[in-house]
Amino acid sequence: MSNDQAPKDYRESLIHLEYQYTAGSATTTFLNQVKEGRLVGQACPKCQAVYVPPRGSCPRDGIATTIEVPLTDKGCIESFTVVHIPIPGNPIVPPYVCAMVRLDKANISFLHLIQGVEIDNIRIGMRIQAVWKPKEEWTHSLENIKWFAPIDEPDIDVSTLRFQAS
Amino acid sequence: MSETKATLLKAPFELSYKYKRSSGPIMSQVFEGLAKKKILGSKSKANKVYAPAAEYDPHTREALTELIEVGPGGIIESWSWVHQPSNHHLIQTPFAFALIKLDGADTAMLHMISDCEKSDLAIGNRVKAVWSETPTESIADIQHFILDI
Repeated sequence: MSNDQAPKDYRESLIHLEYQYTAGSATTTFLNQVKEGRLVGQACPKCQAVYVPPRGSCPRDGIATTIEVPLTDKGCIESFTVVHIPIPGNPIVPPYVCAMVRLDKANISFLHLIQGVEIDNIRIGMRIQAVWKPKEEWTHSLENIKWFAPIDEPDIDVSTLRFQAS
Repeated sequence: MSETKATLLKAPFELSYKYKRSSGPIMSQVFEGLAKKKILGSKSKANKVYAPAAEYDPHTREALTELIEVGPGGIIESWSWVHQPSNHHLIQTPFAFALIKLDGADTAMLHMISDCEKSDLAIGNRVKAVWSETPTESIADIQHFILDI
């Protein structure tokens, strides 16, 4: 191609996919509780590991997680990252922090936002609690929690975050 | 856990994003050719002609830089009838997806055959390209193929 044509070389492309998502029984149960402001995990009857959000089975034992475990909205930061690059269509202005949130009594973590603290002060093991949207805005979504914010409790011992084989 | 199938949560999801991509020096020529109603294939040192064009020979790995015109007629190498086109299909009446070996090419390319009945189609039948009058420098500049008997 000659140089005068170079700009044409870039073509606008579009990825578009429409589909129907079916939550499945474990996620349906979980999201129905989330709509009421409750976080309920499921435990494996064999290894006792508590999964939140639950997927309905224990990946280690390969059996259904039949025990419901009500959890609080408190936990700690298991891991985090500072996002500096804006994602097109994402309304959150960088820099912001995404963290793997480990709720108390849970054995796995999930991704959520951390706010209400200077980024430089965020650390693994920091105690946090959910900041909920107003009740009238609650839907079947973890976005009912706006973000997690630090609470005035001592950090937890990071070694306890390791997956405990019980 | 105790949710029956009827009470499972469902939601429509739509994943969509735009991006800009470069077609590169070889494929750019091919797309520009389509807008001029020309189908270009890639010719290897061993005189094998790939259509759709390729940047590299899949067998010898040589860079393919020579482009030659192929088609616009060809033969049906394989086909599959679409009884009920869905919204995302470019043709909204029953049509066929087909592998078409264009005249002068050694490989077949995937496109659509329209304006025909299912019973008209057979492997080996001749087809020819129908061009779009509003070219966009994309494969859609060939609207579809029709039977050429």
